[in-house]
Amino acid sequence: MSTDSTRPALQLSFSDKLRLWWDALARPTQWAVGVPFIILIALLPIIKPPLLTTVGTDFGSVLAQFGMFALLAIGLNVVVGQAGLLDLGYVGFYAIGAYTVALVTSPVSPWNLTDDWLAQDWAWLFAVPVAIAFTAVSGLILGTPTLRLRGDYLAIVTLGFGEIVRLLADNLTNITRGGQGLTQVAYPVVGVSEERPNGIFSAGNTIAPLNSGTWWFWLSIVLIIVVLLIVGNLERSRVGRAWVAIREDEDAAEIMGVPTFKFKLWAFIIGASIGGLSGALYAGQVQFVVPGSFNVINSMLFLCAVVLGGQGNKLGVILGAFIIVYLPNFFLGRTELLGIPINGDDIADYKYLFFGIALVVLMIFRPQGLIPARQKLLAYGRPIYVATRKAALALSRKPAVETKGGAR
Amino acid sequence: MSNPGGIGAGSEHDEEFRSTEEMVGGSIAEEYLPDGGVEEGVEIDLAAVDPGLADASHVAEVVASDRTIHASVGEPLLQMQGVTVKFGGLTALDDVTFDIRRGEILGLIGPNGAGKTTCFNTMSGIYRPTSGNVLFDGRPIGAVKRNQITRLGIARTFQNIRLFSDMTALENVVVGTDARHRTSVPGAIFRSSRHRHEEHDALDRAMALLEFVGIGSRATEKSRNLSYGDQRRLEIARALATQPKLLCLDEPAAGFNPAEKQALMDLIRKIRDDGFTVLLIEHDMRLVMGVTDRVVVLEFGRKIADGLPSEVASDPAVIAAYLGVPDDATA
Repeated sequence: MSTDSTRPALQLSFSDKLRLWWDALARPTQWAVGVPFIILIALLPIIKPPLLTTVGTDFGSVLAQFGMFALLAIGLNVVVGQAGLLDLGYVGFYAIGAYTVALVTSPVSPWNLTDDWLAQDWAWLFAVPVAIAFTAVSGLILGTPTLRLRGDYLAIVTLGFGEIVRLLADNLTNITRGGQGLTQVAYPVVGVSEERPNGIFSAGNTIAPLNSGTWWFWLSIVLIIVVLLIVGNLERSRVGRAWVAIREDEDAAEIMGVPTFKFKLWAFIIGASIGGLSGALYAGQVQFVVPGSFNVINSMLFLCAVVLGGQGNKLGVILGAFIIVYLPNFFLGRTELLGIPINGDDIADYKYLFFGIALVVLMIFRPQGLIPARQKLLAYGRPIYVATRKAALALSRKPAVETKGGAR
Repeated sequence: MSNPGGIGAGSEHDEEFRSTEEMVGGSIAEEYLPDGGVEEGVEIDLAAVDPGLADASHVAEVVASDRTIHASVGEPLLQMQGVTVKFGGLTALDDVTFDIRRGEILGLIGPNGAGKTTCFNTMSGIYRPTSGNVLFDGRPIGAVKRNQITRLGIARTFQNIRLFSDMTALENVVVGTDARHRTSVPGAIFRSSRHRHEEHDALDRAMALLEFVGIGSRATEKSRNLSYGDQRRLEIARALATQPKLLCLDEPAAGFNPAEKQALMDLIRKIRDDGFTVLLIEHDMRLVMGVTDRVVVLEFGRKIADGLPSEVASDPAVIAAYLGVPDDATA
């Protein structure tokens, strides 16, 4: 290559062009584009686009499930994508969040306190911060001894953690009622009307299109936006930079003065809290919590969403979560697709097989995921990013450019 | 490990240089083009970012905003006191004693396997001395955590470049400023005023540092896409970002051609003139003799000489260590 003095003009892929276009927009314009887009997504369960909508299950419920998975994916992405800590037991935090809400609010729980001092109508809302705090503490408890481990060893220990949580839920029968589960978990009782005697969030609200699934989807959109803002602020600060530095070269980060253990622990705590929040949503929506819902295979699904979408990219992992939740539900109950008769239920049953194949194929052709990470780690780097963009655009418009000399 | 051919640019290094040059200058850059590095090959217009960056004295001022050494040039900054490091039965450092004085450039030389890097790792807290003391600023650092040692004021670069390859050059340097940040997770989530202040400060300092080492216009390039020489410069900028009192450079000229070595010598002098104390490990005798104020020579973990470069170069023990002694002379 040393004889080559020119190279083709910078080739911008579609995603790069999209990114450049988006970055070039002024802040108000970004809002003007972004907000209608989010509203459009929020209205999906009402619009029910013909090919997109699901047949076997209610579209709103599917999207509500997607919202929870998206939260989980964002939380897991903090741990796996940003800090590079492979956590295979993430479902444990999801379970702890769900069980905390259930234990605090379910009338069959041994701590049936709600009737005494906590109004049933608001019980769920009060239980959510408790669940978040509890999972944060459990993240701290798991992280403190294990985060001295690295790579595969950490993965094995976290895998064990996920199993331990499920086994405890299964076997501590006098607390969790084991396989019988905790029933009648609280949910936010709002919007009570004659048609909807238990409020809009009750599982009993099945009046389409504004059924409970749709409402839970909307609630999760709000929570996703809040969580994205928090995680985004962290990413563009010393915390996010420390995470990426730890992911890239932990020893070098430590020697550059980054307290790596502290920030790894923070990644675990923040990831766990987001997982707990999602678990609290789940418990409220389903109103019934059993250990079987928290199998370790779910951890793999969450991880699959993160890897599929693009580790380290927040929008990417949301897309990953959508694929993981939506595709099996898309096929469920479908008997024909574009005129071809299919057995959709069978296809949905084999989802683990298909996701496994999809992951292998992805690792061969696009190991960075569907939307690769382009993290911006500087909160106030806008002038520099603007200057870079100008230079990049100028470069891409030139027919050919001189190669920059090796050393300067 | 017992290759004595360390004087001058050894053939071993030339080979390393060629292979690294091919790797960095060639295939990597092309390999990463398809996956769409927008910043690839982009030189940004610094004047548009911060007009102050065009002024070298302003840059130097920002780089070393808190010079404290002028008052006490010549006082010992780091003292190795009878330091011994053993790995099992192997004694890597044997009762090594020397000082690094404020405001000087100290060269640490010796044949391969002499214990230079071990010495270095002991100072930066990677190894703990088996016996003896390392005092920094009069304070023992034997039991201080690695990231705390950086906060005390010792920064280093690596013999094999260890940048955060997926980050831009600018972000790499900003990670170096982490040692001086005090806000943590809550400050970042709520964007507290101190957090904002620190972030702005870090950004300005990082840009100035990149300009100081001469790669300011490449600030938003992924560090893995930088040329080999620029990566070495970036490592120095990242180490300086921790606001060290002592900057340790581990073979910064490995794989450099003569022109690059000259530029590096100028940079090291510039760093010293800006108020930093520099410890330099280097194989290349010409570079060491050209830039250092004092030289310490190690061989087989022992200090065999300590003095001005010219004295050390004519020391028979040093010559013997580097060139070997004829068989009949030892017999």
